[in-house]
Amino acid sequence: MGDQYVIAVLVSNISGVLSRVSGMFTRRGFNIDSLTVGETESPGFSRITISFRGDDDIKEKILRQLEKLHDVREVEVLDQNGSVIRELLLIKVRNSQDYRQDIMTAVEIFRSKIVDYSPTALVCELTGESSKIDAFIELVKPYGIMEMCRTGIVSLERGENCLKTVK
Amino acid sequence: MEISGAKIVVETLIEQGCDTVFGFPGGQVIDLYDELYTARDRIRHILTAHEQGAAHAADGYARATGKTGVVIATSGPGATNLVTGIATAYLDSVPLVAITGNVPCSLIGRDSFQEVDIVGVTMPVTKHNFIVKDVNELADTIRMAFKIAKSGRPGPVLVDIPKDVQTALCSFEAQKQPVIPYPLRFADEGRLERAAEMIRNAQRPYIYFGGGVISGKASQELLEFAEKIDAPMGCSLMGLSAVPTDHPRFLGMQGMHGHFASSAAEAESDLVIALGVRFSDRSTGNKERSSRNFRLIHIDIDCAELQKNVFADLAAEGDIKDALERLTAMISQQEHPDWSARIVQLRAEEKRRTERALAASRSKGYVIPSVPGDTDNKPAPRRLDPYTIIDIVSAGADDPIVVTDVGQHQMWTAQRYPLKRPRSFLSSGGLGTMGFGVGAAIGAHAATGKRIVLFTGDGGFGMSLNELATAVTQHTPVVIIIMNNGVLGMVRQLQTMFYDRHYSNTTLNRRTNFVRLAEAFGAAGAQCTTAEELEKAVKDAFGYNGPFVIDCAVDCDEFVLPMLPPGGSIDEIITEID
Repeated sequence: MGDQYVIAVLVSNISGVLSRVSGMFTRRGFNIDSLTVGETESPGFSRITISFRGDDDIKEKILRQLEKLHDVREVEVLDQNGSVIRELLLIKVRNSQDYRQDIMTAVEIFRSKIVDYSPTALVCELTGESSKIDAFIELVKPYGIMEMCRTGIVSLERGENCLKTVK
Repeated sequence: MEISGAKIVVETLIEQGCDTVFGFPGGQVIDLYDELYTARDRIRHILTAHEQGAAHAADGYARATGKTGVVIATSGPGATNLVTGIATAYLDSVPLVAITGNVPCSLIGRDSFQEVDIVGVTMPVTKHNFIVKDVNELADTIRMAFKIAKSGRPGPVLVDIPKDVQTALCSFEAQKQPVIPYPLRFADEGRLERAAEMIRNAQRPYIYFGGGVISGKASQELLEFAEKIDAPMGCSLMGLSAVPTDHPRFLGMQGMHGHFASSAAEAESDLVIALGVRFSDRSTGNKERSSRNFRLIHIDIDCAELQKNVFADLAAEGDIKDALERLTAMISQQEHPDWSARIVQLRAEEKRRTERALAASRSKGYVIPSVPGDTDNKPAPRRLDPYTIIDIVSAGADDPIVVTDVGQHQMWTAQRYPLKRPRSFLSSGGLGTMGFGVGAAIGAHAATGKRIVLFTGDGGFGMSLNELATAVTQHTPVVIIIMNNGVLGMVRQLQTMFYDRHYSNTTLNRRTNFVRLAEAFGAAGAQCTTAEELEKAVKDAFGYNGPFVIDCAVDCDEFVLPMLPPGGSIDEIITEID
């Protein structure tokens, strides 16, 4: 599988740009582990965060192909030690008197939050690195996961280094 | 003053220096065609029989000149018919702007009549594409399309224009100059110095060049570089015509059906200098680093090609002309007498092998492809062999542009036809598009006014013969040589060698009379089974002002040799077949 890489891609905020970026991965046979996209502080730009596994060679190929796309302004590999990496999880677990307290404990230890409570279901929210999210999911699995969704990785470099947004 | 979007398109095309467009009208480009009618004394529109032919014609126009070709089609089927032509241009890095109409913005997404998401369809086969939904952005978008098409490594760009954008009004001011491409990137000095060091240390350097030398206008620099470092040269299919084929340093196309001498020289070299080439699987054979004995320097304008298909010991991104000038200046005159002597031996070995293969082929009786139950299959009295056909045609032609279709005839022509100057050989290399030929020939003539020689096969011609109608209307002086072997020869050859002679659906066995077909289109034609007949037909054809079809009978079991099996090494090269 190779190493995990996280790359930040600054793109023009125009229709079709996500297709161009994701289509490049499909067409060239590269796999995406997660992809997130959202606007930046400049309305003209969106920032896409992509994580994938591969060797250094694959990473270089991906970077070079991305840089060729007309709508891509900047691509950067985020050093995982020098970056803040976060993912958000929403998970719906069955609410039952038998183990409600166990769930509460898990929520507390993981600094998760219960954001919806009904007699039959709990929705927990959790932010953290992917490994923390994975661990939480494993922990509550025995209680009955009804559904879940996770956002995929977003990431920023630590310190004052930035992608150069053209204002 | 405000003018319509359709008029803006035409005015912007003229402003960008476009004198000829190829296309086919339809409901969603009718406004654009109305403006083309008004501007017909300033911009020529060539109407083809099919949009694919128009796309290949625009491609041929661009390949023959280096200018950006322009093709126009309507929405839906008009647009999808362009796709093969656009992909052909994309794989061979040809600058092309495709303009399509689309249904009005209000109807987009409703599966309206002749609506298709052509931007979505062509995303993987264009450098970039646009849909213009605001007439205020139309002129600048078309300018940007030209800019992208011709910048760096060239390629096709599509602009999709809904009908209501064509009718909307907007102010327009023509620019005085066509757009200037993005600045070229130049190779890093340190890398070139390291390359120069590797070249100085090499005993057996070999230059492998591709189409980048042609689009980078670096033929002269390449020849000077080769002299300076005392190296032989071979090329990819796309590199053909960059240097004269009779140049003493040129060993010919290498690769799957390339020359023995060039493929062997590459295998025996200790340093390969790859210039403007992308190591396609057809020209590269075994790409594993471990299987080669040479170090590799790779220079290309497109950074994404570096380290993509093969590992390069030294890779530099940059304009090839500039890189060669600087490299040549860094290196003192090199001498490799032993290597030069070895190259002479390889050439002699190639000559021996080719002559043996030719003699074997010429001594063999012809084979008629048979179809079970078919009794109407009369053998032709004699047949011509491919190299004889090419030799006779090239002897009778005066510096034409040579165009090919795709298949065996393409490889024979690439191996054999003497070429003198850049852009005199047009062929669909990367995509290998059968049916490329007639359209490309029309475009190449429209761009240059030169005589065209088109080599095609009965299979490929069958995919594009509708454009004979266009060639007649345009008085295109194209001599169409059909190497008619009654089969889809390239696939048949593979079936013979690797599929136990299971000739699954490669035997055409059609009854087409190509001479009468040509006449029915308003063209002229001749059928040839002997060299004497062909010599006469070629004479007639080169004196004829319009398309002239020469149907040459070729044996169905003529093979393209040499053959380097896909992924194979030089030891596996097949130069003769029993």
